[in-house]
Amino acid sequence: MMKENGTGTVRSAKEDRYQHHDYYQLDELLSEDHLLAREAVRDWVKKEVSPIIEDYANRAECPHHLFKGLAEIGAFGPSLPAEYGGGGMDEIAYGVIMQELERGDSGIRSMASVQGSLVMYPIYKFGSEAQKQKYLPKLGSGEYIGCFGLTEPDHGSNPGGMVTNIKDDGDAYILNGAKMWITNSPVADIAVVWAKDEEGKIRGMVVEKDMKGFSAPEIHGKWSLRASITGELVFEDVRVPKENVFPEIRGLKGPLSCLSKARYGIAWGAIGAALDCYDSALRYSKEREQFGKPIGQFQLTQKKLAEMITEITKAQLLTWRLGTLANEGRATPAQISMAKRNNVNMALEIAREARQIHGGMGITNEYPIMRHMMNLETVLTYEGTHDIHLLITGMDVTGLNAFK
Amino acid sequence: MKILVCVTKTPETTARIAFKDNNSSFDTDGVQFIMNPYDEWYALVRALEWKEADGGSVAVVNVGPPANDTVIRKALAIGADEAYRINAEPQSSLAVAKQIAAFAKDKGFDAIFTGKESIDYNGSEMGAMLAELLDLPYVSFANYMDVSGNSATISRDIEGGSEVVEVETPFVLSASKGLAEQRIPNMRGIMMAKRKPLNVVEPVEANDLAVAVAYELPPAKTAVKLVDPDNMEELVRLLHEEAKVI
Ligand SMILES: Cc1cc2nc3c(=O)[nH]c(=O)nc-3n(C[C@H](O)[C@H](O)[C@H](O)COP(=O)(O)OP(=O)(O)OC[C@H]3O[C@@H](n4cnc5c(N)ncnc54)[C@H](O)[C@@H]3O)c2cc1C
Repeated sequence: MMKENGTGTVRSAKEDRYQHHDYYQLDELLSEDHLLAREAVRDWVKKEVSPIIEDYANRAECPHHLFKGLAEIGAFGPSLPAEYGGGGMDEIAYGVIMQELERGDSGIRSMASVQGSLVMYPIYKFGSEAQKQKYLPKLGSGEYIGCFGLTEPDHGSNPGGMVTNIKDDGDAYILNGAKMWITNSPVADIAVVWAKDEEGKIRGMVVEKDMKGFSAPEIHGKWSLRASITGELVFEDVRVPKENVFPEIRGLKGPLSCLSKARYGIAWGAIGAALDCYDSALRYSKEREQFGKPIGQFQLTQKKLAEMITEITKAQLLTWRLGTLANEGRATPAQISMAKRNNVNMALEIAREARQIHGGMGITNEYPIMRHMMNLETVLTYEGTHDIHLLITGMDVTGLNAFK
Repeated sequence: MKILVCVTKTPETTARIAFKDNNSSFDTDGVQFIMNPYDEWYALVRALEWKEADGGSVAVVNVGPPANDTVIRKALAIGADEAYRINAEPQSSLAVAKQIAAFAKDKGFDAIFTGKESIDYNGSEMGAMLAELLDLPYVSFANYMDVSGNSATISRDIEGGSEVVEVETPFVLSASKGLAEQRIPNMRGIMMAKRKPLNVVEPVEANDLAVAVAYELPPAKTAVKLVDPDNMEELVRLLHEEAKVI
């Protein structure tokens, strides 16, 4: 049931009845600020996201106004230091924030992941002091929107093959090339772009919206992440001042370390989407009756629900442990890769099962299931596809590189 | 202005309610708790708005065990300056009111805010009891408040409308919907709350005069009856004889 309001946005008349599920009392492992952060973001999602998300996703439009709200709640770079526009929180707090955002919608979580982990983080980690001062506070407050350009039309899983390049031209570099599938790019004020220098080394830089020769056309026709805007980055002889280039970092480890940060958040986020599907399916299975009893009383429905909560609980344990390691600075990229792959795949499978439990209603936007399911197809692919992550674990355990 | 806000903890609105010990007490097993919405959304936020306009400080008080600290910390994250937890297991409203009154008595608060009721036990007694014990004026069910200096003009819910009253500080108020708008704490507030004082106060002797002995759940919903639109007489009969609403 949807109704129009004055702004043309259709607000859902349904109440978001989501309730958290914690089968193994894992909340006892969380600190007071983790619990408060989670509750705050959940309240924010219920107030700002749930009433409008089906409508925006339906129309394939990005709810831009939420950037400000995400900034105000503190969802951009929560684990970065406060003096650089972050929240000064730990990695588990960052995780639970991403979980709650993705409980609302993977696209909203993506808005926050990109801004915090792929734009603020590299500037914080690799930027000069001047770059940090110039960009981070504005990114943290949502005054600037950022995007992250690594993937190219012909180089997705193999970013090291990129052809986007810079050539030295005195006080600036001349940037040429194109990036593809870039979250937030059409609305971004700045882009963190990765390009090869004349020695073939990958360098990172901040490209500003108004620089001549730079454009960011939108990609249309997505059936997934429809409430998140995606575009290209096109560079035609863009003069990027040398002071915009990250001074030290060279090579693929620059962008990959950002991806590790973001993948860590996705590992938590995917649990949010899974929890929302499970929560809806559990409620529906108790309310919907067929053959004179709730469908939740049928053994085949119970099997689905039992497997869902089991997989969610395992994923919760995985991320809690990963978060603890991350807080100690010990989480390896391969460990993060495993959690990303496992949890996203788990969430997608739960979305499919939950869809079945909802019967025909499951394909409508009366329930969040189909939206989560379609979103998760992107989440399964971006930040390293499922198969690429399998190969990362494979390489880690065998010591043999399948990419060569 | 020095304002005290009384905050309590209630089960989350979707929690499954069950009783134990022969239906004499609430079974908290597996129940998630939140801050009572009337305290959080209206009483606390209006107190903060008052402080923001006129200066001063906002303290929150809760009577309860250490497990309540998360709810209290949330009040600090939303913006309260300091918190007090009176370390006693809350029993009747009167016992709690006596604890808070003993605590507040000589602290010089200009106003004491409570929610109009807690959404679990729905006593609606705390504000009135505090006012009585502290010998202060009491305005219940406040849905709007305007302040000028030491006097407050307050609109309060009455059956079918509102009543507007004027009161001088110090006074006690119970907050109803409309008094303010929910504020969601942000991450900065949560981090700042860690450094704000949460003081634990030992309880005074306070006897209960009334004790809850049994609870029961409302009867399960019965099936919906569909009445044919042409059969108005049957509808009227059902409303009269079965639903007993007309
Ligand atoms: C909505 C959306 C938003 C995105 N946002 C961003 C962004 O903000 N910034 C950014 O830089 N990128 C972004 N991406 C890009 C994303 O990271 C890439 O799509 C992803 O890395 C996969 O690249 P590709 O699409 O080119 O697929 P390909 O690399 O062409 O892969 C196609 C298939 O081949 C498989 N494959 C490839 N190599 C191997 C191999 N060696 N062994 C086995 N199988 C292999 C893959 O697993 C996959 O199944 C986004 C993508 C989407 C869909």
